Amino acid sequence: MKLLVCISKTPDTEAKIQLAADGKSLDTSGMKYIMNPYDEWYALVRALELVEANGGTVTVVNVGPADNDQIIRKALAIGANDAVRINAEPTSAWFVAHQIAAFAKNEGYDIIFCGKETIDYNGSEVPAMLAELLDLPFVSWASKLDMEGDTATIQRDIEGGVEIVKVKTPFVVSAAKGMAEQRIPNMRGIMMAKRKPLKVVEPVPAEDPVAIVQYAMPPAKKGVKLVDPENMDELVRLLHEEAKVI
Amino acid sequence: MSVLVFAEAPQGQFKKAAFEAVTYGRKTADLLGTECHALVLGEAENPAQLGTWGAHKVWHATHDNLNTFDSRSWAAAIAQAAEKTGATVVVMSHTSTGKSVEGRVAIRLGAGSVSGVSRLPTIDGGQFHVVKPVFSGKAYATFEIKTEKKVLSVMGNAVRPETLGSEAPVEALSLDVPAPAVEVVEVKRVEGRVPLPEAEIVVSGGRGLKGPENWGMIEELAEVLGAATACSRPVADMGWRPHHEHVGQTGLAIRPNLYIAIGISGAIQHLAGVNNSKVIVVINKDPEAPFFKAADYGVVGDAFEVVPRLIEAIKRFKAQQN
Repeated sequence: MKLLVCISKTPDTEAKIQLAADGKSLDTSGMKYIMNPYDEWYALVRALELVEANGGTVTVVNVGPADNDQIIRKALAIGANDAVRINAEPTSAWFVAHQIAAFAKNEGYDIIFCGKETIDYNGSEVPAMLAELLDLPFVSWASKLDMEGDTATIQRDIEGGVEIVKVKTPFVVSAAKGMAEQRIPNMRGIMMAKRKPLKVVEPVPAEDPVAIVQYAMPPAKKGVKLVDPENMDELVRLLHEEAKVI
Repeated sequence: MSVLVFAEAPQGQFKKAAFEAVTYGRKTADLLGTECHALVLGEAENPAQLGTWGAHKVWHATHDNLNTFDSRSWAAAIAQAAEKTGATVVVMSHTSTGKSVEGRVAIRLGAGSVSGVSRLPTIDGGQFHVVKPVFSGKAYATFEIKTEKKVLSVMGNAVRPETLGSEAPVEALSLDVPAPAVEVVEVKRVEGRVPLPEAEIVVSGGRGLKGPENWGMIEELAEVLGAATACSRPVADMGWRPHHEHVGQTGLAIRPNLYIAIGISGAIQHLAGVNNSKVIVVINKDPEAPFFKAADYGVVGDAFEVVPRLIEAIKRFKAQQN
């Protein structure tokens, strides 16, 4: 099987988000970055498991500047065979999807894995856009994926339950919790990753149809109002009269 | 140049998400000085009712290839409907269906898109702006959409469905829909409950409840409030509650009007899924629990004593209201 896993770089889950003084951009000084958890824990690991069971290769692709090599090497250390970095700032989902599609178009991947969303812009757009650009079937928010021959049985998360679907390769899938378990790279993996191929390719032209013009912090909480645990009538009164939510 | 709202009808029934999208679409149409049309794909009960929530007109397309959900077939249908009806803005719900088709429709239409918007659009200095939460709710970003055609998906509870009209005329729309490549084998839904993403009130339990046998009072509190039940990640991981109830970074992100967290410490990964809730109540016996910092109301006390008291207080309140 020939598998592609799309990986993103995002601020660490616990990173404090701070804005530049004019709110037009983020203050990224001292920001710690990680591989997007859905890409790493679920998409990449499930792809590796499929190749371990059935044979084949796992390639990771990232759109980003040279700084991103750090997270790409991590993906190689976890077990991917090789990597491609498309050398451009990932300015929008549209831009990223066009870059990956241009690269993947003639490669004949059986499955293209993405995470269900990135934890920075929470868009869930790249996998659907990529599927459309490549004219492939797409299954979103998959929490289980099993292969039998060229047919995948996938469980996807829907409102208040799950849907079980079948789809034949090639297809695009976005991975959610449940699809696999996180793997920590070992020393051997880290050493091997240094020698694995990481190809850098230049981007294709793609104009951003959207742009972020302003950031804002959520309105600050006024601070918690503590209610006497003996007096729940008071809590109900506050929720009704003050907060107006019941 | 109309606004076209793809109104989902899972199992043929419109839900709150569809009504919210229609109201959002109508207000967007008012802003742009144009009409709001709803698009219904496949069999659905009484499409004319979408007029109540703001649609001037309903386009209804049925086709054998729309009988089950496939993102490619449905996106093709939505994009084609937008082109046939002259729509420049396409609005849909940020649901499992919306997330599967939104990006595809944007590519098909050559449209700029923003998913998961949380406020109505504005026109600022001639630019079309929308706002969405980013960094799992730690900040908001305003996006400018530069293209003439635009695609938006609307986060649950971003707007309230409003009565803005009466029944709308329904017109059949004939579409050329490609055959589905994804075969739906089974749909498993928990029946008879408010689905979590749509709930206005959510009652959520964590490890502090000590075991699945203690969920009776959580269910009862949810029952008296007409709320959905949710849980923290450890609770889902230990199998105390089903996976689809898990809210937080790796689970579901929700934004109800009222979120009541019981026995949940409030790790940053949990907050990422609930910090856009309008009002947060935290019940925890540990006064140092980090969740109190993100809460509007807090009760420091033993859940096993506080929750039954709260249930009785709500029953008294409801009895007075009637």
